[in-house]
Amino acid sequence: MAVMTMVQAINATLHEEMARDDRVVVFGQDVAKNGGVFRATEGLLDRFGAERVVDTPLSEAAIIGSAIGLAVAGMVPVAEIQFLGFTYQAFHQIAGQLARLRYRSDGRFTTPIVVRAPFGGGVRTPELHSDSIEAQFANCPGLKIAMPSSAADAKGLLAAAIRDPDPVLFLEPLRGYRAIRDDVPEGDLVVPLGQARTVRSGDDLVIIAWSYMVEVARRASVELEKEGIAARVLDLRTIVPLDVDAIREAVEACGRVVVVQEAPETAGFASEIVATIVDEAFYSLEAPVARVSAWDVPYPVGLLEDHYVPNVDRVVAAARRVLD
Amino acid sequence: MNVTVTDQLAQRSGLGPAELQDLLRRMIAARLFSSRCFSLQRQGRMGTMAPIDGAEALIVGAAAALDPATDWVLPQYREMHGLLRFGEEVLTTTVKYLRGDPAGGHFPAPIRIWPPQIALAAQIPQAVGLAWGMKLRREEGVVLVFFGDGATSEGDFYEGCNFAGVLDAPVIFLCNNNAWAISTPVRLQTRARSFAAKAEAFGFPGESVDGRDVLAVRDAVARARARAIAGGGPTLIEARSYRLGPHTTADDPGRYVPAAEIERERQRDPIDLFRRELEEAGLWNASFEEETRRDADARFDRALQAAEAATVRPDAFFDHVYDRPTARMERQRRELLEALSRDEIAAGGAGEPGGDRSGRPDRNRPE
Repeated sequence: MAVMTMVQAINATLHEEMARDDRVVVFGQDVAKNGGVFRATEGLLDRFGAERVVDTPLSEAAIIGSAIGLAVAGMVPVAEIQFLGFTYQAFHQIAGQLARLRYRSDGRFTTPIVVRAPFGGGVRTPELHSDSIEAQFANCPGLKIAMPSSAADAKGLLAAAIRDPDPVLFLEPLRGYRAIRDDVPEGDLVVPLGQARTVRSGDDLVIIAWSYMVEVARRASVELEKEGIAARVLDLRTIVPLDVDAIREAVEACGRVVVVQEAPETAGFASEIVATIVDEAFYSLEAPVARVSAWDVPYPVGLLEDHYVPNVDRVVAAARRVLD
Repeated sequence: MNVTVTDQLAQRSGLGPAELQDLLRRMIAARLFSSRCFSLQRQGRMGTMAPIDGAEALIVGAAAALDPATDWVLPQYREMHGLLRFGEEVLTTTVKYLRGDPAGGHFPAPIRIWPPQIALAAQIPQAVGLAWGMKLRREEGVVLVFFGDGATSEGDFYEGCNFAGVLDAPVIFLCNNNAWAISTPVRLQTRARSFAAKAEAFGFPGESVDGRDVLAVRDAVARARARAIAGGGPTLIEARSYRLGPHTTADDPGRYVPAAEIERERQRDPIDLFRRELEEAGLWNASFEEETRRDADARFDRALQAAEAATVRPDAFFDHVYDRPTARMERQRRELLEALSRDEIAAGGAGEPGGDRSGRPDRNRPE
């Protein structure tokens, strides 16, 4: 075990996976010489050379599109989009192409591609750097979406994503890159895609979250504990595939649910979780499910950011509401 | 055989009589296959399709310059009927595609053709990535990607070509400038002096060739291929042609193409031009023509029969979304099959759950 920040865990995993499989190529904007704007790809160029670690033009659609071709040629591309909000300029290649080449080629061409992208608020970025748009991709069958909340999971999920036969969006919380630090097991670690994790136990209510909102939920559960409330925290880890069994079990055990997401409320992935709970565990519910989301406005400028991203207070308030 | 004219043709193309005849046979067959599909669409036996008319020379010519064992083709959606040099199965797969069979996106290995691409220019950066990967893997071969004049207005064209230039990727960008993008004429598409001129901005050669001349296209693609294989990087080839038919079976060009223009262009039909050349050289006559058409018709009949005999399971769409369907998709599959089974019981049938497995595309069409 070693204590690592999330970005260190990602960097170490990229090193390990590139060493393990020489088909893995890492490319994107500023990933080679500069080691990535967050240093996630630091040291890869020196160790693996300019053929496997490539700085690309500022060309999001060409990064995704060429990853598709590279994969068909037999490589294992790990592409970086500098910020998830920049995928708007490649959305057609992700949703219209990457997600469905296996499907439209009737299984002939597969795309074992990882697209890494940071997202999320709390670090006072310029416009379009913080948008939480995971639900837009969750509505694109063919993609898998991993959203780790710990350094250990970042390692295990990234290894799983790189070794997965399907395209995986690997979304990294900006705020968590250095703020999240935990014990990361040494050696090979693979966290299977589609298995949620209980971060904290409790059976008065369950707070369901993913990515950095797991940390917010965990802190809220600490606050609630002071009031004698035992809140379970369930980290989905991947939203596609979705661990429906874990959601059902948690709702059956707790009966009361808060779902926390960093995305705007309307049609965010939290809505999908609520619908899943209605389908799977309606009769276990003892109160309406609460959602804590960002507001239905575009991601705001820095001075307003703290009023937008869900925080511990709002999660605690929602928990009290479902317990009333 | 007119020895002088034949010699001129041989000199111009480097091809012998049999090879020249083969090119014309492929062009005639391509149009015939496409026309048969057009008719089947009108009969309700196929979906919307884009006829090949006017593009035969550039497609057959380009394919003739490639090595099907090492080179890849990424089509847009108008080229498949002209790509049988890559294998006879190209036709069966194309017929399946146009019938709406999921297997129609799967040109079977070792045929190095990607499924038709509906999103204009989206295949261009993908072709660049494929060529990049071949280079990384030290595989000898090139990637040829087809697209039209309209597609050059898409961002993917610029992003893909630009990246290819940076990578020195072994890729050939073949722009079929057929004068129309549905109803949009080239003058509303660009003010550039030609589509080939756009290569200047990417830092690699661009060449404009007569896309009605199968030998000129073959020659241009062969030179681009040799450059790419030698490590010289990409080439943009603009093949100037004319769309002699509608954009697709759903289009009525009578609304926007002047009648005089189409009449004039028909006088320069690429098949007629090449046929005349071969006739003058004594390499073509009515019996060659008849035999070519009879053979193409028979091949199409075989492909159609094979395609129509293929069964399509109603739940086939769950098969290839992921390596393995998610648990949720398996639940959805059961739901679909149960619903079909109820329908069948309600209709008094007693077959397998899943109902009609003939895969006829008109199965759910109201009578």
